[in-house]
Amino acid sequence: MAKVKKIIKTIKVDADQCNGCRGCEVACSAFHAEPKFSSVNPARARIRVLTHRLKDIWLPVFAGEYTPTECAGRDVYTIDGKEYDECAFCRSACPSRDMFKEPDTGLPLRCDMCEGEDEPWCVKWCLTDVLVYEEREEWVEEDKEEVKQEQLDVGLESLADKYGLDQLKDAMVRLTSKEE
Amino acid sequence: MRYAEMGYHLEVDLATGNIEKVETDPQLTELYLGGLATGVKQHWDRVPPEVEPFDDENILIFNTGLFCGTPAFGANRTAISFISPQTELLGFTMMGGFWAPELKHAGYDKIIFSNKSPELVYLWVKDDKVEIRDARHLKGKGSLEVQDLIRDELNEPNAQVAAIGVAGENRCFTASIEQGRSSASRLGGGAIMGDKKIKAVAVRGTRDVHLADGARFFELLQEVKEYINWRNDNPVPGVMTILAGLGSPQEMLHTDEKWHTESFAWGNARQRRKGFWNEDIEKSWTSTQLSTIKRLISCYNCPQRCAGLIDAPDVPRYMMKCFSKLTYGMAAYVDNLDFGFRIVQKAQEYGVDGFSTPQILAFAIELKENGILTDKDFEGCPPDEDKEGRFMWLLDRLAHREGIGDILADGTYWAAKRIGNGAEEYAHNVIKKHEQMPIKLGMLDPIYYLMYSTGEKINITQIEGNWPQAAFPKMEQREAFVEDWPQLPDEKFKKWLLEWEPRGEKSIPHFPTPPMCSEIVDWIEMLHVTDDALGLCAGLASFCLKPPYHINNYPQLISAATGMDVDRDELKRKVNRGRNLHRALNNRRGMSRKDEKPPENHWRKRFPELEEELLTTYYTYKGWNYDGIPTRARLEELDLGYVADDLERRGILKNGQSQEDNKNDQG
Repeated sequence: MAKVKKIIKTIKVDADQCNGCRGCEVACSAFHAEPKFSSVNPARARIRVLTHRLKDIWLPVFAGEYTPTECAGRDVYTIDGKEYDECAFCRSACPSRDMFKEPDTGLPLRCDMCEGEDEPWCVKWCLTDVLVYEEREEWVEEDKEEVKQEQLDVGLESLADKYGLDQLKDAMVRLTSKEE
Repeated sequence: MRYAEMGYHLEVDLATGNIEKVETDPQLTELYLGGLATGVKQHWDRVPPEVEPFDDENILIFNTGLFCGTPAFGANRTAISFISPQTELLGFTMMGGFWAPELKHAGYDKIIFSNKSPELVYLWVKDDKVEIRDARHLKGKGSLEVQDLIRDELNEPNAQVAAIGVAGENRCFTASIEQGRSSASRLGGGAIMGDKKIKAVAVRGTRDVHLADGARFFELLQEVKEYINWRNDNPVPGVMTILAGLGSPQEMLHTDEKWHTESFAWGNARQRRKGFWNEDIEKSWTSTQLSTIKRLISCYNCPQRCAGLIDAPDVPRYMMKCFSKLTYGMAAYVDNLDFGFRIVQKAQEYGVDGFSTPQILAFAIELKENGILTDKDFEGCPPDEDKEGRFMWLLDRLAHREGIGDILADGTYWAAKRIGNGAEEYAHNVIKKHEQMPIKLGMLDPIYYLMYSTGEKINITQIEGNWPQAAFPKMEQREAFVEDWPQLPDEKFKKWLLEWEPRGEKSIPHFPTPPMCSEIVDWIEMLHVTDDALGLCAGLASFCLKPPYHINNYPQLISAATGMDVDRDELKRKVNRGRNLHRALNNRRGMSRKDEKPPENHWRKRFPELEEELLTTYYTYKGWNYDGIPTRARLEELDLGYVADDLERRGILKNGQSQEDNKNDQG
C-alpha cells in the first residue's frame, strides 16, 4: 500500500511545570467563541487542567475523539506517589463523565489545534512553558484501513445478541432506505 | 448584552431563606466600574451608620471585580466587604484564587448576604440553581478540610469553595475566609460570616463572560503578556530582591530572608535583630524551605507563582503565600523556620489572619512577662522556655475563645481595653484599632506617613507600590530607573525621583515635599482603587514597581472589555467617585483626622509639625476639609451631591464648608 508524508501536530505537556492557573482553558474558550474572542468560558474549553492541589496533581488534558460508549477502565495508577484514575488521562468525551461537553447542549468538544493559527492558543497563552507545540512529519498509509469481515461479524453478532435479530434486521432496513 | 460584568447580583436573605437574582443598573458600572466600588455603594445605600458589626443589618458582600472572568491576567480577586468588628468602619478583605471567576461564570457579579441564619449553613451556587444547605455536620471543621468535604458532598470536583474555620464560627475579630491557596484575612470578614452562620460559599459556573471588543482586548493582553515575560527576565536593579519582581512578594521562591528577619521587628513588633541572618541560619532555613515547598502555584489565569504547596513534617498539606512563613516565628522569637510552616497549617485550618494573630499572641506573652496577665490566665500553658508550645497553646485558646483566648480573639486594641491595668500600652502597633506590619524604623517617611494614615484599607501592604521605597544612592541608578518608566501619570515624577537623595536636604522627611507626596500618594492610591474595582491582583499592578497594568493602559483595557469609552481622565473620575464614597461612608461612621495616625513608635524620629502639614496638604489635594471629609464641592464634582446632603444632615459636613477652611483651621 502507498505511504504518504503527513504533518502530525502535537502538544507536549510538561506537567511538572504546571502552576495550575488554567490560562490555557481561558484562551482556548475565547478562541473557539463565536465570533472569535467575543466571550470566555472555561467550561467550553477543549483543554482542562485536572487539579487536586493538595495531592500535587496538575495535569492539562486535551479533548480527543468522542466515544459513545463507556469503557471498563476503572483502574487506579500510582505514579511518583500520586494516585490517578484511569480516567484522569483520558481525552475522550464519554457518557460516564462531564468532561469536554458543551455545557448547554452536552455535545462533545474536541481539540482542533486551533486550525489556521501558527500554534494553538493554549500554547501561546501558557507563560510557564508547560505546553509546547510540535509538528513532525510521519509516513502514513494512504488509504483507510479495510474493514475486516471478522470484526464486522463480531460487532453485528453482539448487536443481535443485545436487541434480537428481528430488531437488527428492521434497523438495517430503515438505514438502507435512508441511504437510498 | 452586558460586557465583562454579568449584570446580576444574588441577594440572599439568611433569616427567611429567600434568594433572589436581581438585575443591576448598568449605570452603576458607568459610575463606579465594579468590584469593591459598587459594593461600597450598596453599603452606603443600605447600611445606616448606627448599624453595629454583629447586627442583622450588617450586610456581607462578596464582590467580584469587573475584569474577573475576562481573560485579563491576574483578574481573580474577590473583595469581601462588611462593617468590621475590629475597626467598626467599612472593612474589606480580599482574596485571589479561583472563586471570583467561577462566580462570574455562574452568572453573578456579587453575592449579598443579609440578616442571619438560625443554624449553620452553606450556600451552593451552580449557575441558576442556588441553595442554602444545612452545614450543622460541618461545624468545627477546618477551613481547608471543609472545602473538600463540600466538594465531595456535592459531587462537584470543580466547585470553588470559600470557607471559615473554627475562628470564624467563634466570631474571632481576626477570623479569615479561606479558599484553596488564598485567604481573605484582614479585618474580620470570617467573624461576620460566622455571625451570620455561613460556613462556606461553594460556586460552580458554566456560562459565558462576554467582551465588547474581545479581539482588541486580546491584542492589549498580548502586550501585557510580553511585558510580564520581559519583566520576569529583567528584575528592577538596585532594589531588594522581593521588590524587584512582579507578583506578591516571592516568599515561597526566595530563601534569602536577611531583609525580613533583620529589618522587621520580632516579638510584639518590638525588637530588630541585626546580625540574625548568619551562615548557620541561612543554611538551615534554606534547607527547610526547599524540602518543605513541593511546588510553586498560581491563582486563576496568572503566570506568577506566588504560593507554595507546603508539605511540612507531621502536618497535613496546605498552601501558603507571602510573608506568613515568618510572622509566627518572628512574633514567638523562634529561630527555626520549620515552626513557621507547622503553625501556619493550624492557623489556616482555624482560619485566622496571619498578620494580626501572631502579634496578638506576642502581645499576650508580653502582658504575662510584665505581670498584667497572670499564671492563672495561662493555666495549662507549656512553660516559658517552650516558645513553640506556648504559641500553639495560645493559638488554640484564641481560635476557640477559651479562657484568656476569649479576650485575645478581639485583637490587641479591644483585648487591652478589656484587660485594662496598663495593657493599652502594649497594644502599640495599631492604626484605627487594626494591627499593622511589625516594622519599626528610624526616620519619618512622608510618603508612608500619608499612606499609613489615610488608606481606607488600613493595611500598608495594600496601599504602597509603584514608587520606590527609598531613594537610590547613585545618580546613574536614578537615571536608569526613570529612563524606562511608561507607568507614570506625569513626566514630572521623573524629575522628583532624580532629585531624591538618601541623605541631606533633598531626603526624607522633607523631600519629596508635602505637595509632591500628595501627588505620589494620590497616584498610587488610584491604582489600588482601580485594581479593587476591576478585581486585578495588585501583584501585577498597584503593588509593584513598573508593573504590566498601569494608569496608561487601564483605560484601553476597560474600553475594550466593556464598550464604555473611557480615557484617563474619565477613569480617574470613576475611581475617585468610589474612593470618595468609601471615605464618606467611614466619615459617617465617625472616622476623621483624629484617627489618621500611624503608631507612635513607628518611626523614632517624628516631626509633628511636618506631619500636620503633610496631612493638611494631602486632604486639600484630595478635596477634603481639615477633618478629612470630602467637601460638598468635591462630592458634587463627582456626582455625589446626595452624599454631601447626607453628611450635612448629620452635621458631619458643615454647610458651606470649603477648602479655604483648611488654611484657617491649620491656624
